[in-house]
Amino acid sequence: MTSFQVPRLASSILSPPALCFDDVMFSKGNEVLLGPCSFTLEGLGPTLVMGPNGAGKSLLLRLAHGLLVPTRGQVTWSGEHCPRQAMVFQHPVLLRRSATANLTHALAVNNVPRKMRTKLAHDALERFGLTARSNTPARVLSGGEQQRLALARAWVLSPQVLFLDEPTAALDPAAIKAVEAAVREFHQRGTRIVMTTHDLHQARRLAADVLFLSGGILREHTPSETFFDKPVSREAQAYIAGELVE
Amino acid sequence: MKKTLNLVLAGIASIGLAFSACAEDHITLASTTSTENSGLFASILPKFEDSTGIEVRVVAVGTGQAFEIARRGDADSLLVHDTAGEKRFVENGFATERANVMYNDFVLIGPADDPANIGAATNAAEAFAAIAEAEAPFASRGDDSGTNRAELRLWKNAGVEPDGEWYRELGSGMGPTLNTAAAMDAYVMSDRATWVAFGNRQNLKLLFEGDKVLFNQYGSLLLSQEKHPHLKHELAKKWHDWLLSDDGQQAIADFKVDGQQLFFPNAQ
Amino acid sequence: MENNAFYVALSLLVNFDASLFGIVALSLQVSLLAVLIAAVLGFPLGAAVALWRFPGRGGMIVVLNALMGLPPVVAGLMVYLLLSRAGPLGEWGLLFTPGAMVIAQVVLVLPILAALSRQKVEDLLGEYREQFVSLGMSRSRMMPTLLWDARFALLTVLLAGFGRASAEVGAVMMVGGNIEGVTRVMTTSIVLETGKGNLPLALGLGIVLLGLVMLINAGAYLVGELTRRRVG
Repeated sequence: MTSFQVPRLASSILSPPALCFDDVMFSKGNEVLLGPCSFTLEGLGPTLVMGPNGAGKSLLLRLAHGLLVPTRGQVTWSGEHCPRQAMVFQHPVLLRRSATANLTHALAVNNVPRKMRTKLAHDALERFGLTARSNTPARVLSGGEQQRLALARAWVLSPQVLFLDEPTAALDPAAIKAVEAAVREFHQRGTRIVMTTHDLHQARRLAADVLFLSGGILREHTPSETFFDKPVSREAQAYIAGELVE
Repeated sequence: MKKTLNLVLAGIASIGLAFSACAEDHITLASTTSTENSGLFASILPKFEDSTGIEVRVVAVGTGQAFEIARRGDADSLLVHDTAGEKRFVENGFATERANVMYNDFVLIGPADDPANIGAATNAAEAFAAIAEAEAPFASRGDDSGTNRAELRLWKNAGVEPDGEWYRELGSGMGPTLNTAAAMDAYVMSDRATWVAFGNRQNLKLLFEGDKVLFNQYGSLLLSQEKHPHLKHELAKKWHDWLLSDDGQQAIADFKVDGQQLFFPNAQ
Repeated sequence: MENNAFYVALSLLVNFDASLFGIVALSLQVSLLAVLIAAVLGFPLGAAVALWRFPGRGGMIVVLNALMGLPPVVAGLMVYLLLSRAGPLGEWGLLFTPGAMVIAQVVLVLPILAALSRQKVEDLLGEYREQFVSLGMSRSRMMPTLLWDARFALLTVLLAGFGRASAEVGAVMMVGGNIEGVTRVMTTSIVLETGKGNLPLALGLGIVLLGLVMLINAGAYLVGELTRRRVG
């Protein structure tokens, strides 16, 4: 991860880094869990990674973010440096500290000067509607608040790329709405979004393009209009038609 | 956070101070449990401290361990009760001088009903032989202490090889051995001082005393300056001399428990 | 009446016996300082073993776990031979001082703190790992975060260490010498009074020691609960 910069809108003007999967495969023992697959993600997205349970969506996200190392092939980014990235998990991993402290910790880890941390943290808490909860221990926040705090933590790091792994799977409709609004805000700031979901409606609302996986294989990568109106692969057709896809 | 750290550091510093704030002029004396447990030191040390300003720190262990501590150079002075061992210690060059300080005596303790009837014995050899004859339980220190060494000499003296179910080697100090003897109604040999001061007698009673062979001599040793130059030889010499002086001998004679004198000064 | 240990314990406290106070204070100083030093060394050690993979790591964990059962007399003997004038650190002149007792108790407590904190930190790391990697944290940066977030579990670990330190007698007896007014602590006093056959007084001292340990545990529990409620 590169050194920290104060968030600025200018990053949207610069062309965002492209993510390239080159013949990437991931296996555990003799079992191939994902791939081999190759694709390139350009532009800002948002790219929605879709597919039935066990299709390998989370794996793909973790490989892209660098949490996992591919068994074969390469994950690369265009440009000289690996872009600043953040990830929001289905179950947010929050430290056993106050909401504010969770944000200042992330800033400290990224070498943000001490003086700036509190200000940045409070701005982010305000943006995500958590000002009233700033001193509340993160672990006692509601599920929706916890996910918003995780988003705020990603926000203060002003990532160029944001990965979200089923961020709304465990939330009620109001909280889902808040998370989607946050995702749009990231998008508007020029952050490249890659997100997994199995909620077709959510994907329709957010996606610019879709990566569709089933059985660990990339079935298609198409713009959202194509994917939802006339999907190319048989598996995607069945999935959108509401059939059970393995 | 910084405040807490400062507090912690201040705490450590104050503890360190407390540890080092002890008197400068002190010597470490390796001695036996009998002298410490009976209360002799508690009675005479303040008198020595008053007249010289030297604090004596007593490490009370068995005689065998006391020799070992002195041999390693971990004590400035030595006061024990194993005349033969003390003389060897001098011969081996670990001490330069040995002097008689005082004596007390060993006594035979046993269950009040005295199953071996040692109360009727006319000398110690008879008493020990009676115990072996009756195979009455006997609790031995079994820890190579001065008392233990004396006990083994006395069995030999009685022509008995102590062995068998009835002879129990405990590997403990005098006090714990008395506690155990009280719990199992056994005979036991103790120095008189520890016995008189002992508080958990239960059914135990003094059954035999007075034979000359039960005489228990204490000696003070001046340790070798050559072997251990770092020791406080000057202060240790003051202590040694005081023990042998009229003042020291009087202090020993003045120590009484329940009106009974426990140690008898006999410096030449 | 004076043969009743509870009566003896009570009268010791009510009369505020000066020598008892000194003994209690020394017990606390020695054990608390030992636990503090052991924590400063043991917690980072435990966390490091939890965080890094290195050859011999498994063996190290086994050794740390086994050393939790190190007999105090053995620890005492080792420190005795180390600090004895004839030993390698004899120059320090620490034998038969409170400092020697602290060292012996550190030897006893350190494995407990290291082994248990290793376990706690490893559990927490399992939960936090992906988020930490996502944040781009190095292992050495993870250590303080993990230690702080495991603080409630570590408080219990600390109490286990303090319990071991304040309860043991073999090590302090050997390296301290049970010198009156200098190295006599609660446990060695109890041994001494038992030796003298003063069983009620020995038990009375035991009751005072138990009460003290309970007081400290209650205090730690209270502090832990209050902050836990605040921090979640």
